Amino acid sequence: MASVSGFKRGVVFPLLGLTLIATIIIASSVGAVSIPPATILGSAWSKTVGFTGSHVVGAGTKDFIIWQIRLPRVVLSMLVGASLAVAGTVTQGLFKNPMADPYVVGVSFGGGLGATVALLYGATLGFGEFLVPMAAFLGALGATFLVYNLARTGGRVPVSTLILSGIAVGSFLSAIISLLMTVHGEDLQSVVFWLMGGMAARSWRHVGMVIPFIVVGFALAMAFSRELNVMVMGDERAYQLGVDIERAKKVLIVAVSLLAGAAVSVSGLIGFVGLIIPHVVRLVIGPDHRILLPCSALIGAIFLIFTDTLARTILAPAEIPVGIITAMFGAPFFMYLLRTKKNSLA
Amino acid sequence: MIPILEIKDLNLGYGNRSVISQMELLLRKGDFLAIVGPNGSGKTTLLRAISKVLKPKTGVICVDGSEIAILSHKSLARKVAVVPQESSMAFSFTALQVVLMGRTPHLSRWQTEGALDYGVAKDVMQMANCWHLKDRPINELSGGEKQRVIIAQALAQEPKLILLDEPTLHLDIGQQLEIMELLKKLSADTGMSVLAVLHDLNIAAYYADHLMLVKNGHIEVMGPPQEVVTEENIRRVFGVSAEVKKHELTGKSYVIFQPHAGE
Repeated sequence: MASVSGFKRGVVFPLLGLTLIATIIIASSVGAVSIPPATILGSAWSKTVGFTGSHVVGAGTKDFIIWQIRLPRVVLSMLVGASLAVAGTVTQGLFKNPMADPYVVGVSFGGGLGATVALLYGATLGFGEFLVPMAAFLGALGATFLVYNLARTGGRVPVSTLILSGIAVGSFLSAIISLLMTVHGEDLQSVVFWLMGGMAARSWRHVGMVIPFIVVGFALAMAFSRELNVMVMGDERAYQLGVDIERAKKVLIVAVSLLAGAAVSVSGLIGFVGLIIPHVVRLVIGPDHRILLPCSALIGAIFLIFTDTLARTILAPAEIPVGIITAMFGAPFFMYLLRTKKNSLA
Repeated sequence: MIPILEIKDLNLGYGNRSVISQMELLLRKGDFLAIVGPNGSGKTTLLRAISKVLKPKTGVICVDGSEIAILSHKSLARKVAVVPQESSMAFSFTALQVVLMGRTPHLSRWQTEGALDYGVAKDVMQMANCWHLKDRPINELSGGEKQRVIIAQALAQEPKLILLDEPTLHLDIGQQLEIMELLKKLSADTGMSVLAVLHDLNIAAYYADHLMLVKNGHIEVMGPPQEVVTEENIRRVFGVSAEVKKHELTGKSYVIFQPHAGE
């Protein structure tokens, strides 16, 4: 297996890396103003290498579109997609359950409530721009503990109680979010957009805001990826194999909350990315979390850039919340899982 | 010589309920001890205490000279390995990946398995006769195959003591004997001490060097199987009548139960 996983790493990571870069370039070129990929590469070349030669007329506008409108949005989609996919992978490992993801188990709604409260009432508190992701993190953490303790029966988390607890907690929290937003005079359309998740009008400020949370969340998940593998054998078995199971769980719950909270705080409630991506990646690459986590991150990033590009182009100039698109991919996939796996999920 | 397992004045229980009281036990290198007793007599509870899953109410458990209460999870897992009755996994790791998880207590956080770990995994899988299954997903294996992989996983920890909780409960007789042969060979060849909770008195008497009969959390009797397996002891511990015979060729005791003898 050493050689096999070595081969996987050696081929899969460069392949996914290149695909990600290509997706970023293509996604940045598509839109109301079409900018050929070559122009983007040229602009990136002059930016990074610092070439300040003669300027083509109109290049300034295109530069602005690339660097201030499209790229921040694409980069943010990349980060959110990676976070959701990794959060989903960790949630599935933590709950030993391939049907779990931060959205299904209601964790994203906790993050959503935290973010909503921070957005509506946070101005007076200070903390600057980290307040919203921080509040989302705390909300997600609270929801995770709540769902986990609701769903657990006798040291186990059966799929039925997990999903029911997730639905109960999720509906309750999303009702509070809607209520708060309505009370504060937001129109219904913006409430819907927030609940469906979207990337409209995001800037580099949003990228900077969530990066620390995502980096720490991913690092924690990777640090405990071996524990995630062993935990699949059950808590008692993992303990007997030398894993400090209680500590591992706490760290992993914090990691999920950081990642899901960060994603929610800049893009609202985007569902199903954390469900589909780990599942598909696991089929191809196997269940070893040490490879599964980074692969899911890369594919989640590619997937969300792709769906967000669809979201802003298929009905242009109108824009669809990207969560609608991920749900249109994800919900049928969830049904398919129910259909094929229901025997093994009892 | 330091005993591999030393238990002094052990009291175990859940809440107010006492499960094991004042147990004393000494196990040396290479010993093969089988524990047999009625359901609810505290056998599994004892194994959970030795693997530090359950904290004793009072008493001391020492493994290889160290008190387990002060050992870290990792150092304990390098000394004691446990084989459960049954294992189920949510995701389909291959048999080799499962066995390599047994190397967890020997690896530091960011360390990946090296040549040494693969070597150990291969050795123990050959010993447990499951090397040919290495690339098969664990969830697709039969009960007996899966249990051999789990035993290999426990052996990959390179423990001094291996605890087994009715490891053959759901296996057919051929698979049961195969696993018992393996355990016997391990204790004889590698000097690993084996402590197995078994449900079949005949199999226990045939393979183990020492036999312990427990009832209601007490050791009723302990010693070489031919001394322990008597009609009187069986009646006392299990409440059933039985005839104990000696096999002509092997000299081992075997039991024929007589369900209606008292009527």
